[in-house]
Amino acid sequence: MVEYRIDRRSGVATYVQIVQQTKQALRLGVLEPGDKLPTAREVVEATAINPNTVLKAYRELEREGLVEARRGLGTFVRRSLGSAPADHTALRSKLTAWLDEARKEGLEREDISALFTSVLDEKCPEGER
Amino acid sequence: MNRDGEGTALEAVGLGKRYRRRRGHVLRDCSFRLPAGRICALVGPNGTGKSTLLALAAGLTRPTEGTVRVLGTTPARARERFAYVAQAKPLPPQLTVAATLRLGAELNRARWDRTTAERIAYGPEYGRAYGPEYGDTAGRTAPDLDLDLDPGPDLVREGALRPGDRIRSLSGGQRTRVALALAFGKRPELMLLDEPMADLDPLARRELLGALLGEAAEHGTTIVMSSHVIAELEGVCDHLFLMGGGRIRLGGDPERLLAAHTLLTGPARDLSGHTVVESHGTGRQLTALIRTDHPPTDGWETAAPSLEELLLAHLRNPEAPDLFTEEPEKADEGDEAGPTGGTGDPGTTAATGVTGETGETGEENVRP
Repeated sequence: MVEYRIDRRSGVATYVQIVQQTKQALRLGVLEPGDKLPTAREVVEATAINPNTVLKAYRELEREGLVEARRGLGTFVRRSLGSAPADHTALRSKLTAWLDEARKEGLEREDISALFTSVLDEKCPEGER
Repeated sequence: MNRDGEGTALEAVGLGKRYRRRRGHVLRDCSFRLPAGRICALVGPNGTGKSTLLALAAGLTRPTEGTVRVLGTTPARARERFAYVAQAKPLPPQLTVAATLRLGAELNRARWDRTTAERIAYGPEYGRAYGPEYGDTAGRTAPDLDLDLDPGPDLVREGALRPGDRIRSLSGGQRTRVALALAFGKRPELMLLDEPMADLDPLARRELLGALLGEAAEHGTTIVMSSHVIAELEGVCDHLFLMGGGRIRLGGDPERLLAAHTLLTGPARDLSGHTVVESHGTGRQLTALIRTDHPPTDGWETAAPSLEELLLAHLRNPEAPDLFTEEPEKADEGDEAGPTGGTGDPGTTAATGVTGETGETGEENVRP
């Protein structure tokens, strides 16, 4: 069973935190196909967040085909999220090259992080897939 | 699955209230609609009529003008279906906790949920603490049996209630727990809670808020709670009423209210054409909270306000125009719309958690 930890000050929407943490659990194998997600009531009692937020997160996970709601039974994991780091070798080396270039131009760690975040936000806004 | 049920939990049309001894209205021309199934926060400065509004909804006092309808009917007719917990948590001081819960059970025979009430009163550990020793085989639990039997310090959390404790010996937070237990035990469709969290320590606050929301998740209960601590409501409520000037100034889903506002920062410049909630500047730089109905021109740095920023900006600026993200609907004509002082039997008063000294008379004698 997965347990959610909600950070109210993170600025990340609460339902997105639940979606992200579920995906993380799927990647790490903490959740496997057939596992049941906690009920809205269980999540809400443990975290004191609005019940609709949990339902919204579960709908999002369902829309992505990761879980399915079975009427009267609960929400169950349909598939896991395994992506071996090896798959990203090419991407990783490109990013490393880009970072080397950024360092050469005199950008510091925080400049690079700000730049990356700004492009990330532009290309993959929060809440999108 | 969506928790938003059909119908309206709470609705006011032209609601007004003035107390004889005070000058002017506490509430004036107040209209709003709260759909069923919402978790609603009622926020606003002290003395803006939050408690009065809840007391009117609970049928404890009569409106001077206008009407309030609860669960589609008058407060008196809806009494069995809602619970009201007053700010002062008035409870009979001489009773024990167990006897108070028993009273709730007797007065709400048709709907009493004993397990839930006891879980709220004695904490989530109560099953462990009282269960094995007393056994539940005869359908009896601790409160029926030896009330003074102490389950031992290691089993019960510090400060937890025991069935034999008398109400008068309890702290404010412990009384809140008992009052909420009565409200929960009734299994209401609507809970009206006046500053329910004010007396609670952080642990109890979290636990009871979780329990409250859990109940709502399971049964679709509508919850209205007043508070002046804005931060604790973020992420909890999906409906918000900001009170001020005797009426509701902002109403609706917090996300939509937030989306209707933009925080601007930039070189000082004319903002005419925009609905400005608040603006302040330091010579060259200007910061302003505006309504997003007209998108700002270029050259501004824009940001989304936080709920706290939004509410504080409105509190500081009483002149900002009202905003409802959902229009209040007009009440049906001629359908039991008149104000009423209540026809229910007096007993239900205590069991709603309503133990206010004025009871059902509903006249001008409820002190603010």
